[in-house]
Amino acid sequence: MKNFDLAAGNGLINRRHMLSLGMASFGSVVVSKSLAAQTPDIPAWSKSPGPGASEYGAPSRFTDDIKRLASASNPITPGTGASRTPLHLLQGTITPNSLHFERHHSGVPDIDPAEHRLIIHGMVRQPLVFSYEDLLAYPQTSHTYFLECSGNSGASTGANAVDTSAATLHGLLSCAQWTGVMLSTLLDEAGIGPDASWVMATGADAASLGRSIPLYKALNDVFIALYQNGEPIRPEQGYPMRMFVPGWEGNVSVKWLTQIKLTDGPANFKDETSRYTELLTNGKALQFTFPMGVKSLITSPSGQMSLQRQGLHEVTGLAWSGHGGIRRVEVSADGGMTWTDAHLDQNPANLALVRFRIPWQWSGGPAILQSRATDATGNVQPTREAVLALYSSANRYHFNGIQRWAVSVQGEVKNVYA
Amino acid sequence: MFMPKLSILSVTALVLTSLILMGCGTASMNDTGQIMLGQPISEANLQGWDLIVEPDGRGLPSGSGTAAQGQLVYEEQCAACHGQQGEGGPSVPILVGGSTTSTPPNLTVGSYWPFASTVFDYVRRAMPPTAPKSLSNAEVYQVVAYVLNMNGIVTRDFVLDKNSFAQVQMPNHDGFIDRSQVQ
Repeated sequence: MKNFDLAAGNGLINRRHMLSLGMASFGSVVVSKSLAAQTPDIPAWSKSPGPGASEYGAPSRFTDDIKRLASASNPITPGTGASRTPLHLLQGTITPNSLHFERHHSGVPDIDPAEHRLIIHGMVRQPLVFSYEDLLAYPQTSHTYFLECSGNSGASTGANAVDTSAATLHGLLSCAQWTGVMLSTLLDEAGIGPDASWVMATGADAASLGRSIPLYKALNDVFIALYQNGEPIRPEQGYPMRMFVPGWEGNVSVKWLTQIKLTDGPANFKDETSRYTELLTNGKALQFTFPMGVKSLITSPSGQMSLQRQGLHEVTGLAWSGHGGIRRVEVSADGGMTWTDAHLDQNPANLALVRFRIPWQWSGGPAILQSRATDATGNVQPTREAVLALYSSANRYHFNGIQRWAVSVQGEVKNVYA
Repeated sequence: MFMPKLSILSVTALVLTSLILMGCGTASMNDTGQIMLGQPISEANLQGWDLIVEPDGRGLPSGSGTAAQGQLVYEEQCAACHGQQGEGGPSVPILVGGSTTSTPPNLTVGSYWPFASTVFDYVRRAMPPTAPKSLSNAEVYQVVAYVLNMNGIVTRDFVLDKNSFAQVQMPNHDGFIDRSQVQ
């Protein structure tokens, strides 16, 4: 076996090898025997033409296990529920539109864009109505941003570590390139009144979901998203338009946006009082905790996966922060005793998902893999225990604790707390 | 076919109006050449469409209701899921009683919600879940009064309307810590 440049305990290898050497350069990679042992035949698909071009493409039928994890709605609350992005089955950082997570509070409306209106009113000089066609004509701006539900990873606050996948635990998280019109452009046109300090936004779904955000954010980087990864945003993401509030809890990015009303204080909608508030142990609650905390997650190997061989594996995952860019991601393979920096892909964009990678030599012994992100403002991802200590045990929102995956001697990967 | 005779002036006005409505021509740009396509609308035209009720009662419609009236609305529209006494059901929130410090905490309109306006706003826009916006404003006032009454917040005969709303004191009014200015 070649002598690796070990960077931390239990087999983590210096990330510099990601750049200079192919994985095969390391000694003990075992090539899949079932294919290598056979003399290859020319396959059937190389001997007859396949079907021609199609109008709207679909994934290979061999990848149809890559799906959102969708929960059924309770019949008494039709359309209410969520689906989760299969994070552990994807690579890179962009979530395909069909796999972007969903959270609906009264189903997905079937909106005819010709009938849809965005109305800006309240404390403005002149209330205005915009059609979908109007907004398409404005100067567009494109940004790659993550979106995370405030309740993502809520199961990790539970007393027992559930044996399940990364998607089940953390799949209310996605990332896309969003394109649309800056909200500030439209607010300027309506004329912001001198007393306005908050923006109330509501959607055109059956719940008419409403949220309030401070005007300072609305004027900074909030925009009306019309496109998602280059195509019109999907109905389940708010077609024909959603408000997009970068870095903040997903619920404030109101889908099917139809109303922007300027006012001098928050509306205190149901989803910013009864829900999406964080109960503390003393019975008080935090309200309007907007940015999503710095966070990371190893997506492979991850829960319910199985390592098929000893030797070299790539440990990879995602990191993000609602406070800005990701500065570093550290990885540990020995339960947190030693850590080393992972390689970050490309140039991490502000408020987008960042992909990290590091080579790991699995010797066949037990291991606990975990990652810890640090953002550009110096926030370090806390342990699960540190997050739990902040809140009432009933709180399920804004969990950003470190995720630990245990690897058994059989290679089985499980969600663990310690 | 009958065609009204239009003066030159009114034809010109019509063309101008349609140009503005279509959002084209000079009406679509400001002095600095920015696109401006918003069409003016008056706040009065948004009554009945704008459903937002703010904590101080702004946005409340006319009408009124008492808990005594609201009991019937509640039993017809709400009790099947939320329970006869507001005790909730499988995956359906409890509406009455509770505490933010019990184990586990029980967060209800009575124990948690900081403003009565939120109850009115939410019931009117989103309840009942199978037929949102089907209650009249009077029914919303009535059933909100009833839910408040079940929590001991108003009496059975308290007349809830846009003027009396400010008198309603929610038990957990001071239970929240505002993080909105923390960046």
